[in-house]
Amino acid sequence: MADKELFVQGNEACALGALAAGCTFFAGYPITPSTEIAEVMSKKLPEIGGHFIQMEDEISAVGAIIGASWAGQKAVTATSGPGISLMQENIGYAVMTETPIVIINMQRGSPSTGQPTRSAQADMMQTKWGSHGDYEIIALAPSSVQECFDYTVKAFNLAEKYRCPVFVMADEIVGHMREKITIPEKVEIVPRQMPEKSENYLPYDATEYGTTPMPSFGQGFNIHVTGLTHDKRGYPSTDDEETHIDLVTRLCDKIIKNTNEITSLESQFLEDAETIVLSYGIPSRSALTAVKEARNQGLKVGYIKMGVVWPFAMDTLLALTKDAKRIIVPELNLGQVYLEVDRVLGKHAKVELLSKIGGALHTPQEILDKIMEE
Amino acid sequence: MRTDLRIAGFGGQGVLMCGIVIAKAASLFDNNYAVQTQSYGPEARGGASRTEVVISDEPIDYPKVDSPQIFVAMSHEALLKYIDDIKEEAILLIDPDLVYQDEIKDIIEDKKLQVYTSKATETAEDTLGKKIVANIVMLGSFVESTGLISVDAAKQSILDSVPPGTEELNMNAFEEGRKIVTRIN
Repeated sequence: MADKELFVQGNEACALGALAAGCTFFAGYPITPSTEIAEVMSKKLPEIGGHFIQMEDEISAVGAIIGASWAGQKAVTATSGPGISLMQENIGYAVMTETPIVIINMQRGSPSTGQPTRSAQADMMQTKWGSHGDYEIIALAPSSVQECFDYTVKAFNLAEKYRCPVFVMADEIVGHMREKITIPEKVEIVPRQMPEKSENYLPYDATEYGTTPMPSFGQGFNIHVTGLTHDKRGYPSTDDEETHIDLVTRLCDKIIKNTNEITSLESQFLEDAETIVLSYGIPSRSALTAVKEARNQGLKVGYIKMGVVWPFAMDTLLALTKDAKRIIVPELNLGQVYLEVDRVLGKHAKVELLSKIGGALHTPQEILDKIMEE
Repeated sequence: MRTDLRIAGFGGQGVLMCGIVIAKAASLFDNNYAVQTQSYGPEARGGASRTEVVISDEPIDYPKVDSPQIFVAMSHEALLKYIDDIKEEAILLIDPDLVYQDEIKDIIEDKKLQVYTSKATETAEDTLGKKIVANIVMLGSFVESTGLISVDAAKQSILDSVPPGTEELNMNAFEEGRKIVTRIN
């Protein structure tokens, strides 16, 4: 089989990416603008012996994919803002139990039910902080239909490697638009790491900044899965401070200390750039058009697109922007990732927000006007 | 070079399908780059509906259409709703039975539009016996008047997109559309 070219929607590309990554289980509650993901999965999964369940709501959808993951399946759900809000309790449970799951969020205008058919990037902070407690997740932001495919594959691989919920933070525009994608003949897949059978097997005895192999129910391992603070055996140990410190610190460190491994970004025109437009997701396409136009006009402007937003690629961004005077952050919200950019890069450069809400994408001209302000 | 186009009509006419077939033809069969977007929501269900396509021989950064160089109108309401930002000297392709030409004289003059007509709906109904293929008749007229995608790519894309059993009907619709398009100014 050779590489395959298709002309599809971002939503379809997410579904095809999930299937290419080895996904065999989808549970979810359809919601605009993500519904086509459920539609494709409901058709394709039964054909390969997988399972599709339409749940009664979104919190149960996450419960179902957590269960499926512990049963050895690669599992995904897809939703939009209102659904993400309902999922929060179980997202924390997946973090605490180190369950690999993938959650695709086709962001739409919000708060509440907001604008079902319009775009936004206003769930970025919720993704980082939405469930209670100290924790870290991984969030990717596709800006094209090809990236919907590629990043969904990557999300599954990262979920397996780091045993945590991984979010594909797309948006209505990229979810509904159609472009050509290439599905490679061979897709790189990280398989579930199964433990070896041994007498003193400890399911949560992770290496430093790492994870342990994950057994499935029914394989003969002694497994206890709990959201309570647990020891290396998985047994609740809720009064022992050391156990809690070790566990929660490790859950955060396995993401934070591996930031350079996890994150990816693309950059152009940085050599002499005094102003850098730093973006993620769909606005990066307007940003690149604007930056190219600025360069045509002889302005020293550079471009960075974050493929992975969380964890935040602090060290790489510091190095890439060290000579910049201004950093412009276009976002489809009133200022979210901008706050993190300002926290990290604001000491050496002036960080400016270019926010846009209402559902439309920044035009290249709007970004160019911002570049020209100084 | 980048070309931005918009197709507008009322929900149910198949304007979205028309846009998808054009974009697919350009990207899969002409080996160019293409992005197709569309309006969603209540207006896509019976009211004014539109789809937009960007075609280029280079990768497309900005995926949206802000000022179309080609505008295809299959209803008067949708034309009025979406024509304001049309580019000067753009091509305007209309179904003359669904658009009141008297009411758009000013914008045609102001923007120096190149106007083409295609009696797509009447042709679909009377010549082909299926009103539902009006969008593919219009596609034939689009290819003939703009040359933006090749005839071969358009045909392959149609065959790749229409339901099995309707291939011949749609091919006939496409060919009729190529014949009936007329430049009127």
